Amino acid sequence: MNFAEMHQPEFAQAPATERHSHGRWEPYVDNGGTSLAIAGSDYVVVASDARQSNGYIINSRYSPKAFQLTNNVILATSGYAADAKRLVEVLEQNSQMYFHKHEKPMSTTATAQMLSNTLYGRRFFPYYVFPILAGLDTEGRGAVFAYDPVGNMERVVYRAFGSAAALVQPFLDSAVGFKNQRNADATRLLDREQALKIAIDAFTGAAERDIHTGDWLDIYIVDGNGVQHQKRELKHD
Amino acid sequence: MNRFVEQLVNDNNPANLEEVGYASNGMHFELASGNNPAAFTEQFTDVKSEKDARIKIAHGTTTLAFKFKEGVIVATDSRATMGNVISSQSVKKVIEINPYLLGTMAGGAADCSFWERVLGMECRLYELRNKKRISVAAASKLLSNLVYRYKGMGLSMGTMVAGWDGKGPGLYYVDSDGERLCNDLFSVGSGSTFAYGVLDSHYRYDMSVDEAKDLARRAIYHATHRDAFSGGVVRMYWVNQNGWVAYPLEDVGQLYYEYHPEIQLTNAVDSPLNATA
Repeated sequence: MNFAEMHQPEFAQAPATERHSHGRWEPYVDNGGTSLAIAGSDYVVVASDARQSNGYIINSRYSPKAFQLTNNVILATSGYAADAKRLVEVLEQNSQMYFHKHEKPMSTTATAQMLSNTLYGRRFFPYYVFPILAGLDTEGRGAVFAYDPVGNMERVVYRAFGSAAALVQPFLDSAVGFKNQRNADATRLLDREQALKIAIDAFTGAAERDIHTGDWLDIYIVDGNGVQHQKRELKHD
Repeated sequence: MNRFVEQLVNDNNPANLEEVGYASNGMHFELASGNNPAAFTEQFTDVKSEKDARIKIAHGTTTLAFKFKEGVIVATDSRATMGNVISSQSVKKVIEINPYLLGTMAGGAADCSFWERVLGMECRLYELRNKKRISVAAASKLLSNLVYRYKGMGLSMGTMVAGWDGKGPGLYYVDSDGERLCNDLFSVGSGSTFAYGVLDSHYRYDMSVDEAKDLARRAIYHATHRDAFSGGVVRMYWVNQNGWVAYPLEDVGQLYYEYHPEIQLTNAVDSPLNATA
């Protein structure tokens, strides 16, 4: 094996099976739900609701879609819950392999690039997931990475994805990003309490108007001391 | 043996789509089961906002680059859309392959950034093998060959590779259909028609750097003004014999008032949290 081959990403291939003769094969379901993350100077807040639905049927009232990947990296998902579950398994395995190989935990930025490559490895059979990865960078600053289903990655200060993204993202643009406001410093970062309050407000608002968002809110706060998790109630109807 | 020669020698049946899943360069892409995985990808993914497919892929939209007497100017907007939703106003559509090579992003954002990252690795390997920098012509051909292997699988990439080599400024257009062109001026994306309108009417080879920057800024601005899929900020680079230089970002919302001084900002809202400044 030469140097170049060793450094090529390796992707597995699904076994080729017979196509079903009756009906169309539907590999994807949209399970609804919303996730967001807000970065600050030395923390990051991640919030996801826990409702899982299929059309107008609610499958589960507490099925978390934010996952703690490593000691200081959180992955918040939305889209298809089964694909999200598989994606988390793959990422957990690979970051553990990295930990044992290199005898140090994977950095947030390395995990972020790995997630992009993992998603692109399924470019022709994508994971139907809209991931948000959050953690602290090597300088200890809050880092949020947002992705499309095939691995386009962008580091952002805040992002909302999922069924209520069209409700929540404009709210964050105003409250966190100070977009289109005269005399506002758009580069200003919120302090922790403000960010937490805005994340909760975003979800009480989303639960009011989006039928796929509600029940419970999982909140993760990552800072220099590690990860803190809290569970809050949202509307249950 | 060079890995690309190796590929050509070893790959018995590159036309077989199942084989593409196991590309001989070691990259494996998982494919959907069935007789025609390419049709599957087509059915569920929407790279161009043309259909109502489930998986909407972020894509980007006005990019331009031109050669002039002082080098190459590369400029882009920064908007990404998924369907009709603006998914980002801060995309980096100029990809820094290495300190003297730039690539641009139009079409599927992930396709461009992934393959230009692979290209960055290939260019570094070329330097290590040959103890000299790769030419822009060779780099653009590597990219063209990489994506040509996946033709018909639904990749969407319209890119310009700009740089400086032994022959001076270099500029190539490469896309996922396998096209590769060399010219003095290109614009790619849904806003390219508007950018071309501005560029073609004012372009001269003997422009100064400031004139070239003004032209590129104006072309991107007018594209963002008329094309709903373009917007955000103007991102600009100048490539000269010492490599590329990046310029500060310019918000097209501000440029609007500079290009139209007769229009005054009347209805902006004061920040509720930070109105003291």
